[in-house]
Amino acid sequence: MSLLKQPIRVLHKQLKNREISAVDLAEDSLKRIGETDDQLGTFLYKDEEGVRERARQLDERKGDLTPLSALPLGVKDNISTKNMLTTAGSKILANYTPLYNATVMEHLEKEQVNLVGKMNMDEFGMGSSNENSGYFEVRNPWDLNRVPGGSSGGSAAAVASNQVSFALGSDTGGSIRQPAAFCGVVGLKPTYGRVSRFGLIAFASSLDQIGPITRNVEDAAYVLQTIAGHDPMDSTSADVDVPDYLSSLSGDINGLQVAVPQEWMGEGIDSGVKEKVKRALQVLEREGAVVEEVSLPHMDYAVAAYYLLAPAEASSNLARYDGVRYGHRIEGENLVDMFERTRSNGFGDEVKRRIMLGTYSLSSGYYDAYYLKAQKVRTLIRQDFEKIFNRYDVVVGPTAPTTAFKMKEKTVDPLTMYLNDICTIPVSLAGLPAISLPCGLSEGLPVGLQIIGRPFDETGVLKVAHAYEQQREPLPEPNAVGGEV
Amino acid sequence: MAISKEQVRHVAKLARLSLTDEEVQMYTGQMNDILTFAEKLNELDTENVEPTSHVLDMANVLREDQNRPSLDRDQTLRNAPDKQDGMFRVPAVFEE
Amino acid sequence: MGNSFETVIGLEVHAELSTKSKIFCGCSTEFGGLPNTHTCPICLGHPGTLPVLNRQAVEFAMKAALALNCQIADVSKFDRKNYFYPDLPKAYQISQYDRPIGESGWIEIELNGEKKRIGITRVHLEEDAGKLNHLDDGNSSLVDYNRVGVPLIEIVSEPDMRSPEEGRAYLEKLKQILQYTGVSDVKMEEGSLRCDANISLRPVGTEAFGTKTEMKNLNSFRNVERALKYEEQRQAQVLAEGGTVIQQTMRWMENEERTKVMRSKEEAHDYRYFPEPDLVQLQIDLAWKESVQQSLPELPDARKKRYKKVFGLSDYDAGLLTATKKTADFYDEVVAAGANPKAAANWVSSEVLGYLNNQGKSLDETAITPESLAEMIQLIEKGTISNKIAKKVFKELMEKGGNPTSIVEEKGWVQISDEGKLKEIVLEVIQANPQSVADYKNGKDRALGFLVGQVMKATKGKANPKMVNELILKQMDG
Repeated sequence: MSLLKQPIRVLHKQLKNREISAVDLAEDSLKRIGETDDQLGTFLYKDEEGVRERARQLDERKGDLTPLSALPLGVKDNISTKNMLTTAGSKILANYTPLYNATVMEHLEKEQVNLVGKMNMDEFGMGSSNENSGYFEVRNPWDLNRVPGGSSGGSAAAVASNQVSFALGSDTGGSIRQPAAFCGVVGLKPTYGRVSRFGLIAFASSLDQIGPITRNVEDAAYVLQTIAGHDPMDSTSADVDVPDYLSSLSGDINGLQVAVPQEWMGEGIDSGVKEKVKRALQVLEREGAVVEEVSLPHMDYAVAAYYLLAPAEASSNLARYDGVRYGHRIEGENLVDMFERTRSNGFGDEVKRRIMLGTYSLSSGYYDAYYLKAQKVRTLIRQDFEKIFNRYDVVVGPTAPTTAFKMKEKTVDPLTMYLNDICTIPVSLAGLPAISLPCGLSEGLPVGLQIIGRPFDETGVLKVAHAYEQQREPLPEPNAVGGEV
Repeated sequence: MAISKEQVRHVAKLARLSLTDEEVQMYTGQMNDILTFAEKLNELDTENVEPTSHVLDMANVLREDQNRPSLDRDQTLRNAPDKQDGMFRVPAVFEE
Repeated sequence: MGNSFETVIGLEVHAELSTKSKIFCGCSTEFGGLPNTHTCPICLGHPGTLPVLNRQAVEFAMKAALALNCQIADVSKFDRKNYFYPDLPKAYQISQYDRPIGESGWIEIELNGEKKRIGITRVHLEEDAGKLNHLDDGNSSLVDYNRVGVPLIEIVSEPDMRSPEEGRAYLEKLKQILQYTGVSDVKMEEGSLRCDANISLRPVGTEAFGTKTEMKNLNSFRNVERALKYEEQRQAQVLAEGGTVIQQTMRWMENEERTKVMRSKEEAHDYRYFPEPDLVQLQIDLAWKESVQQSLPELPDARKKRYKKVFGLSDYDAGLLTATKKTADFYDEVVAAGANPKAAANWVSSEVLGYLNNQGKSLDETAITPESLAEMIQLIEKGTISNKIAKKVFKELMEKGGNPTSIVEEKGWVQISDEGKLKEIVLEVIQANPQSVADYKNGKDRALGFLVGQVMKATKGKANPKMVNELILKQMDG
């Protein structure tokens, strides 16, 4: 049996007791990757030699082990790793090797994790299916004809198929939660400002957050504990105390006030998804929670607002890829020609589409009608949540309106793809913490339950998710990929 | 039509993207779909609503005026597609 | 400008702030240095890096804005100005669009004895770009990012100037004020002070502005004035011939002494400003404003006024002494060390400044201290040394430094005021020059000068000239 199926707590104990070694874990990870990677396409870069070497060193080292010590980890490729290729899934950064570590990597290295490699993703985080990777698509370990979700599809599929112990993803409009839902794993998007963005290759700066993708809720708490906290290198990193997340996992949710937005349980949500979410709500009620239906009147506008705001920020964030200082370059007849050839050739269709859209909504004469309007609607969406959180502790609903869809099913019409994010985008616009965890299977595919909390109340979110997880029927392992699980 | 082919071409120029005619055609259609969808926002009266550019209520995040080590020049130039004399080389920039 | 048109000028000035580190990262702002050695992933715009604002840059901008009589914003924020250029690593410049640090200020200029207030529209904070070096082959340019991220303030004037001379006077005054505040070293030759100019013409007596042109690259005071004069005449000619001025951006070609079109209005940039999401806003409360206000030194106008009123100096002298803060500070210290203010003003404005001018040096490159100059001036007043000797002492102080009293003693330069001793020498000189004595008695006054000169010669210039004069007259008349 794969060691990596075990929760972090168990692996840590076994390492401490010398029942297993760092080398065992590394070899297990590499073996599993060898068995499944050709089918899944999760890795953009694998550091096999480095993983083995670090494992040997970790085993030789005496001294205290931290909970994440020696655990094989996959990091989404838009997180800067010093001296390890970092492409953000884009050809425009094909040969880019960062000179510095993201702050989250500094935190993880202190914990002596074992970085296996960089996870495939939709280019610059723009996509909900991983079909927008600049290199190759990722497939869903539950069904290889289906997408793993996106944009952190590589991270989610790797955790689901036990290639790594845990992974880091990033979430702008749902990019941690939706692939976690599609792959049947846990994905946590922290409050905007909870985890440093320094070293996260920007898509939409006012929305991006790094978060863990793990096999269970407790693992997510372990990882968040390590990566959360104020960072003087990120001006938007909040100077807020980081509580002890693990101690909050008491399982006691008696009297908890749960709001369920009717907008997320009506039309447009698959009946199979709704059914599983309803069952999860029943479990919460059984545990003593009070579940009530509420309305978030502006939810219908969130996707439209998001697809004006995020591309606008992206159009500016992605302007630096001009072939001058790093990355891909195609020579041209003159400077402007070099810029245009480099960018047109280096970026994929979806990225170009969003750059165009964002450039347009910021351009002279359209700013007020599009960008400013969307910023105002963002305020209305935040206020919807604020009102709900005056009365309720958490908001619960589906993570995505469907289970994993078939590859190429939504690539023709971008708008259809965008609408797959209706449940995650509003949360991102409001900057709230949210977790997705599996709440059963619908027609053999995992369904994601989304639990949303007040700003900086990751504790509350984790607590509810953990309480539910304890009561949930066990899930089977994904069986579409080869090898012994 | 929310956006014309001409505008798409202009936007591409602003964004330093060169598009083929087919791409112009495709993006014009897709951007129109998205912008038409976005018109939905006009159903909302936002006259007295403050825009949100930040969800965080933070101000005055400042660092002290202290030097930190710069990179070695070979590091700075390590990822450069083209370089010469310790500098990044680009096609001639005509004096603006 | 003939009689028919009135010239309207507004200036946009950029000044680099004298912080130790860049505006958003810890790299050095030092001028010079090998290309690309003051760079890091942040100022190079490497993927994933983020800016963190330098407190000193904010306070310098506030200080400059206060010195220019601006209102300081309660809430200020940063915006991205988007455009592609190889010297701009992120392809956007972090600047301020609608909430600058300071607004609605003014400064006073003086031209031909007339004073005039020029409005300051705004003062905002932004980051500098890199430097492009153009290769002779014409095929490529090389980029040096050392200057990228050096903090800048942009100071935009109202269109309040009516002649190129006023434009120059404004710029000179602005430079003087900034230099006093110490926020910038304001060296046009090193690019730490830069100027763009807007100029238009309108029929005399009308209110509406004519079409303006913008001129870039005015890298010296002389060029600012010359370029404005050139453009003023060019526009006047266009209008006189019944043509219309086209709104465009021009570049001043220093060697050709003409302007050249860079781009027309249609080619104007669409900068797509939007709020910088990587930074949070600035909230400037009263306490912060006041602490910066209190750090402001006495500014040139106030200082000039004080010199005239308290020390009784002439407008001209007060102007010379306050031209730079260094001179004014030096002068104040000389007076504080006990020198007579008027005597000190003469010595500083003529001898000190004259010496520096001749030698092409600055005060810190000399050995003189305010205390030593004050002591020397006191020695003159006490009669210990003559003015003539004082000049020798002064040279010594400038070049080698030291204590004037010791110098005078060591060199034996103390003035001889001992009447008995002087009388002996006077008698010797009279005896040795009977012809001159006779000449004097026959009414030739010039002979007296000769005799005094002989005494001075005999004493190597140390004799008290006034006493020598009196003693000779007494001897000859007696």
